[in-house]
Amino acid sequence: MSVLVNKNSKIIVQGFTGSEGTFHAEQMIEYGTNIVGGVTPGKGGQEHLGKPVFNTVEEAVQEVGADTTIIFVPPAFAADAIMEAASAGIKVIITITEGIPVADMVKAYNYIQNKDCRLVGPNCPGVITPDEAKVGIMPGFVFKKGNVGVVSKSGTLTYEAADQVVRQGLGITTAIGIGGDPIIGTTTKEAVELLINDPETSCVVMIGEIGGQLEADAAKWYKESGSKKPIVGFIAGETAPAGRTMGHAGAIVGGSDDTAQAKKRIMRECGIHVVDSPAEIGKKVKEVVG
Amino acid sequence: MNLHEYQGKEILASFGVRVQRGIVAHNAKEAVDAAKQLTQETGTSWHVIKAQIHAGGRGKGGGVKLAKNLQEVESIAGSIIGMNLITPQTSATGKKVHQVLVAEDVYYPGDSEPNEFYMSVLLNRSTGRNMIMYSTEGGMDIEQVAEETPHLIFTEEIDPSTGLLPFQARKVAFNLGLSGAAFKEMTRFVSALYKAYVESDANLFEINPVLKTSDDKVMAVDAKVSIDDNALFRRKQYAEMRDLREESPIEVEARAVGLNYVDLDGNVGCMVNGAGLAMATMDLIKMAGGEPANFLDVGGTADAKRVEEAFRIILKDPAVKAILINIFGGIVRCDRVAQGVVDAYKNMGDAIKVPIIVRLQGTNAELAKEIIDNSGLAVHSAVQFQEAADKVKEVLA
Repeated sequence: MSVLVNKNSKIIVQGFTGSEGTFHAEQMIEYGTNIVGGVTPGKGGQEHLGKPVFNTVEEAVQEVGADTTIIFVPPAFAADAIMEAASAGIKVIITITEGIPVADMVKAYNYIQNKDCRLVGPNCPGVITPDEAKVGIMPGFVFKKGNVGVVSKSGTLTYEAADQVVRQGLGITTAIGIGGDPIIGTTTKEAVELLINDPETSCVVMIGEIGGQLEADAAKWYKESGSKKPIVGFIAGETAPAGRTMGHAGAIVGGSDDTAQAKKRIMRECGIHVVDSPAEIGKKVKEVVG
Repeated sequence: MNLHEYQGKEILASFGVRVQRGIVAHNAKEAVDAAKQLTQETGTSWHVIKAQIHAGGRGKGGGVKLAKNLQEVESIAGSIIGMNLITPQTSATGKKVHQVLVAEDVYYPGDSEPNEFYMSVLLNRSTGRNMIMYSTEGGMDIEQVAEETPHLIFTEEIDPSTGLLPFQARKVAFNLGLSGAAFKEMTRFVSALYKAYVESDANLFEINPVLKTSDDKVMAVDAKVSIDDNALFRRKQYAEMRDLREESPIEVEARAVGLNYVDLDGNVGCMVNGAGLAMATMDLIKMAGGEPANFLDVGGTADAKRVEEAFRIILKDPAVKAILINIFGGIVRCDRVAQGVVDAYKNMGDAIKVPIIVRLQGTNAELAKEIIDNSGLAVHSAVQFQEAADKVKEVLA
C-alpha cells in the first residue's frame, strides 16, 4: 500500500514542453513513473519525450485515462491549470509551481472544494512512493522503500529527513511535500491522516515550519484519533525573527501561537515525539519504531 | 511588499475609499507649502505631521504630532525629518525618517462625537478565504484588544465566488453601532475597501483607526498596506512604490542577484538550498552555540557564480565569524557545488577571512568531500548534518 500515487497512477504533466516540465518529466520517466502524456495548450497532437501532448486536460483524460497530474505551469497561469485539471476530473493534482499570487489561489482553492479531487501544493516538491512513482522534483535515489511516511512543507528538508531515515536502515512508504505557501490544497493534518490510515506505514515523520496553524491542527487530530502509530516531529524556524517571511511565502510568524516553540509545545502535548535538532530526525524514528 | 502610509492611502483613494487627506513633504519648507495647500483645499486650520517609515507605533516614538499653526508645522516637520525614529516595532537604533505626511485635522468638533474603529482585510489561511476583521476599539493596539476584550473583535469572511455582499457590509456597520448617515458611509467604506484589497492584490490592509467624524463621514486616518510580492508582475504601478531605503541594504543587493536573504543579528553566516533546510540550518547553528547571521536560500542552481555572489553578500555583514554552507544535492550534484565553492574561494582571494564549513549531502556527496579536502583551502568539510554542527562548535570555540 501507499498513498496518493502508486505504480498504477496514470500521470500527465501540465506545462509538459516547457523547460522545467521537460527536465522533470524526463527524470520521472527514468525513475519508472507511469507518465501517460502531457498538456501544453496549442501543442496538442505532437509527441514529446515519446508521450502524447494534448491541448487540454479533458482530452488527456478521455484519450489516455489520466487520473493524476503534476503542474509546472508558470505562476501567472498555474491557478488556471489547477482549475482545469479539477474540472476535467483529475483526482490528484500535484502543483510544483512556486510564486502563484495568493488571490489566484483563493479562487482556485474555493473552486476545487466541490470537485472530487485532492490538490497537493503549490510550491511543493511533490509526492513519491519509492519504487512505484515519483511525481515531483525530488532526487529519487534518496527514498528507499520502507514503512515510514513523511509529511513536509519543505523540499530539501524532506530529502534530508528521508536520507536520515534511510541511513538508520529504514525506508519510506510515501513522502508528501505539502508546500510552503499560505494556501495549500492538502494540509498537514490531511497528509498525516492519509499515512496514519495506511496499513503499510508504521511511523510518520512530520516536518513543519513557522507560520500558520497546520501543525497544531494535525497534532490535535492525532491526539483525538487515539492512534498508536508514532509520529516524529520537527519544526524549522526557532531562530527566525517575527514578522519576516523566510523564503516560503507562508513561513512568517504572525503571533504568539505560530512560532516554532508554540507549535512544538502543542505537538508534545498531543503525544508527538518532537526533536529540537534537525540532525536527530532519523535517530528518533529508529528509537520509536524499535 | 510593505508600503508607506501615504502610498497606502493613495491606493485606497484610487478605489473610492475616503481617506484623511495629506501631502508628502521632504523638508520643513515643503511641509509649510503642503499645509497651506491643504488649508485651501479642505479648510483645515490644524495639521498633523506624520513620519513616514515602515513601522507601526510611530506616535509612541514621537513621530506623529499636531501643529496648530504654520510655525509649528515648520518646526515639527523640521525636527521629525532626519530623526532616527524609535518605535516598539523598530530596532533599538530606530529608522531614519526621510519624509513626513502633512495631513488635515479630522478630529474637529461638530454635531456628534468623533469615534474610532479598527478594520483590517487579510487572508484566513485555514479557510483559504479573505476576511474583514473589525472592532469598536479603534486607535489601540489590536493584539491587546484581542487579549483583553476578544468579544469586541468581529470577523466577516468573504466567499470569493460572490465577493463581499451588501448584507455583509451592513452587518459590519451595525456591529460598529452606527446609524443614519454614518451607517451608510460605513457600508460604502467597507465595500470600497474590500474592492481595493482584491483589485490591488494586497495581502494586508490594516486601517487603524477608521474614523467616524463629528459630521458623520467615515475615513481611513492611517493605512498599513502590503502588496503580495508574487503579484507585483501584474501590478507594476505598485511595484514602483517600493522604497529601498526602508530595507536592509544587504537584502536589497541580494534580491538584485536573485538570492533570498534575510539579515539577522548573529555571528554565523549560512548558505543553504531550500527555505526549510535553511531555517533548520539556522536552528542547528544556535544549538551548536552560535547565532545565525542570516537566512540565505541559494535556490536550485548552486554553481560557482551563485556561490560567489552568496559569499559576497554574507561577508558584507562584519559580525560574521564563520560561514556554514549546507547543500542537499538532489538534482544539483554535490561535486559541482563543491567545485563552485572552491572556484569562488579562489576568485575571491583574500576576501574570505573567516572559517568555512561545507556540508554537502546527496548526489555525489563523497566525491564532493574529496574535492573540498584536496583543494588545499582552509575549508572544513562534512557530510552528515550533525558533523556540520560539531564543526561549527569547533570553529567558534
